[in-house]
Amino acid sequence: MASVTPLKTAAELSLLAQAEGSKSVRQNSFARYAAKGLPHRRVEAYHYTDIRALLKDAPAPAQKAGVAPTHFAFNEIDACVITLIDGQLTAVPTNPLAGVSMNISDEVPDDGLAARSVFPSDGDPIIALNAAFVHRTLRIVIDAGCAIEKPVLLRCITAGAVSAYSRVVVEVANGASMTLIECHECASGGLTNSVVEIAAGDDVSVEHIRVNLGDESATVLTSFGGRIGARSALTSGNFVTGGALSRHQVFLRFEGEGATATISGAALLKDRQQADTTLVVDHSVPECVSREHFAHVLDGEATGVFQGKIIVRPHAQKTDGKMMSRAVLLADGATMNNKPELEIFADDVQCGHGATVGALDDDLLFYLRARGLPKPEAEALMLQAFVGEALEMIAHDGMRERLEWLSETWLKARG
Amino acid sequence: MLEIRNLHVAIEDGSKKILNGLDLTIHNGEVAAIMGPNGSGKSTLSYVIAGKPDYEILDGEILLDGENLLEMEADARAAAGVFLAFQYPLEIPGVATMTFLKAAMNAQSRARGEGELKTPDFMRRVKLGAEKLGIPQEMLRRGLNVGFSGGEKKRMEILQMALLEPSIGILDETDSGLDIDALKIVSEGVNALRSADRSFLVITHYQRLLNYIVPDTVHVMSKGRIVKTGGKELALELEANGYADYVSDVAA
Ligand SMILES: Nc1ncnc2c1ncn2[C@@H]1O[C@H](COP(=O)(O)OP(=O)(O)OP(=O)(O)O)[C@@H](O)[C@H]1O
Ligand SMILES: [Mg+2]
Repeated sequence: MASVTPLKTAAELSLLAQAEGSKSVRQNSFARYAAKGLPHRRVEAYHYTDIRALLKDAPAPAQKAGVAPTHFAFNEIDACVITLIDGQLTAVPTNPLAGVSMNISDEVPDDGLAARSVFPSDGDPIIALNAAFVHRTLRIVIDAGCAIEKPVLLRCITAGAVSAYSRVVVEVANGASMTLIECHECASGGLTNSVVEIAAGDDVSVEHIRVNLGDESATVLTSFGGRIGARSALTSGNFVTGGALSRHQVFLRFEGEGATATISGAALLKDRQQADTTLVVDHSVPECVSREHFAHVLDGEATGVFQGKIIVRPHAQKTDGKMMSRAVLLADGATMNNKPELEIFADDVQCGHGATVGALDDDLLFYLRARGLPKPEAEALMLQAFVGEALEMIAHDGMRERLEWLSETWLKARG
Repeated sequence: MLEIRNLHVAIEDGSKKILNGLDLTIHNGEVAAIMGPNGSGKSTLSYVIAGKPDYEILDGEILLDGENLLEMEADARAAAGVFLAFQYPLEIPGVATMTFLKAAMNAQSRARGEGELKTPDFMRRVKLGAEKLGIPQEMLRRGLNVGFSGGEKKRMEILQMALLEPSIGILDETDSGLDIDALKIVSEGVNALRSADRSFLVITHYQRLLNYIVPDTVHVMSKGRIVKTGGKELALELEANGYADYVSDVAA
């Protein structure tokens, strides 16, 4: 059979021109992307989010940083804030917090081939693009045994119709604890491609929160990789109200026994927004616990996607994994695609998954309305509770409350 | 005054008719009791008054102080003064009881064009009301009705009624699930709310409740109609003889 070279889309042609026109692009990683091009629906991991079809164009990377919006949703969070505008990383605080060191590194970013990489070894095209185009890596090291009270908050801004690539690698040494927040604000027509890796040692406690508050015509593609050492606890929460297209990929691997991962997500979408969470949890060692809870509220013609795969390796006995995805459809045009998967190769494990898609319960709505709550208010109260099930898995009080407030605001605007 | 005239109601898909030309008038300050066999349509009547959307109104009207309730949504009826204490109160996980109470009270104030309650006033009123009904503060911190016992849910319904101060309170089998002491406490709660401009419709299977909440009128419902009306002595008669006399009348 003759092999057919598919025609390149406008976005693919732009990416090619950008790669050829720049000396700083890492050609090896670009080749890993280019071997397959932008992922489409026949690629299993992108079946419900056809980037090739959805991405009309790939704007050029910014030559210099734009201007940050004045309003910031998390101003009140007491945090060590690092602002990354258009992927340009020029300076980091020299003495950020006791026990924390930061530097800007020229290391070659992992595209799945690095030793012990947690990213797909066959090359995820979005991560490969990030590795090809990203300027430099922000490296954060948390010293052993240090409990860092203040969260490190990465304010990732794509300030115009440009592409912004960012890469952050966090090493949390044994016995340390910290919170890392990545908040994405992407302007109209902008494209954000961010990769965050956390390598957690043993007896570590780390919380990661990703928020997408992008413009309604923005594309926000984020990847998060987590390696979890023995007896460590990793929490990762995702919150989405923004973006025309939001894709958040999570790759987790347990590398030491007795560890726990708590992964959650809440997305509130309207109009023609689409948000995708694709999750792979790799239980490669025994006696680890993973909990996943995802909540989607879908109005208008919005689309939610949840793909979750729990892999239990042959010797990973006593694995305990539970995954839940729930969606409420508020309009006939809204769609939810759920694809939970268990790949279990050990025999002494407890794993389960569930997925529900439906409307709000009419009897509960009537009960609230019979007490005088108008329909939008009654719905908002129920939806707030629904989203709350996911948000309550976020440990940082200030962030959880702020995200609850953002959900409330979204629900009010809807009524 | 609540006036129900010639009410005919079927379930929404029209497959079953439940109310068949029901007439009932309850004057201001009056406590009316409805008794009747299982399935005669008592809960349906209460739902239709409160505005549950699952029914088709085939004929008739329901007026509250001259206002046509059938043209109003459930929340507007609540603001107009209708309160239904459910036979089976629903659990709403994740909605904190206090949040719910505040939202309900404020929504009604707003609908009536009154200002919202100040938080300290609200807290005081809830605390006082809860104490009277023997509802521990700890319950108010939980999700609405979540994990409450049957009797606790009924008390919570009466607390809501006390806070919302309706002009007509409909109690659908509020006595079922209550222990003897709770029955007294809840009845006292209801009696405290009796006033010249507030009326009640008390649905019950047991005459005992009516010893505590003494009705002005007693109505017998059968097959979707009121088939007999009397004073409080009618309840005693029913307790002694059952419904046979009235139910067969209709069938004939
Ligand atoms: N949604 C529905 N679909 C089908 N049948 C219904 C529905 N709602 C009520 N019914 C039927 O209508 C009749 C009246 O029900 P309703 O609950 O009003 O009776 P009730 O007098 O309150 O009975 P009980 O004393 O047992 O509480 C019953 O036969 C019931 O099965
Ligand atoms: Mg009933």
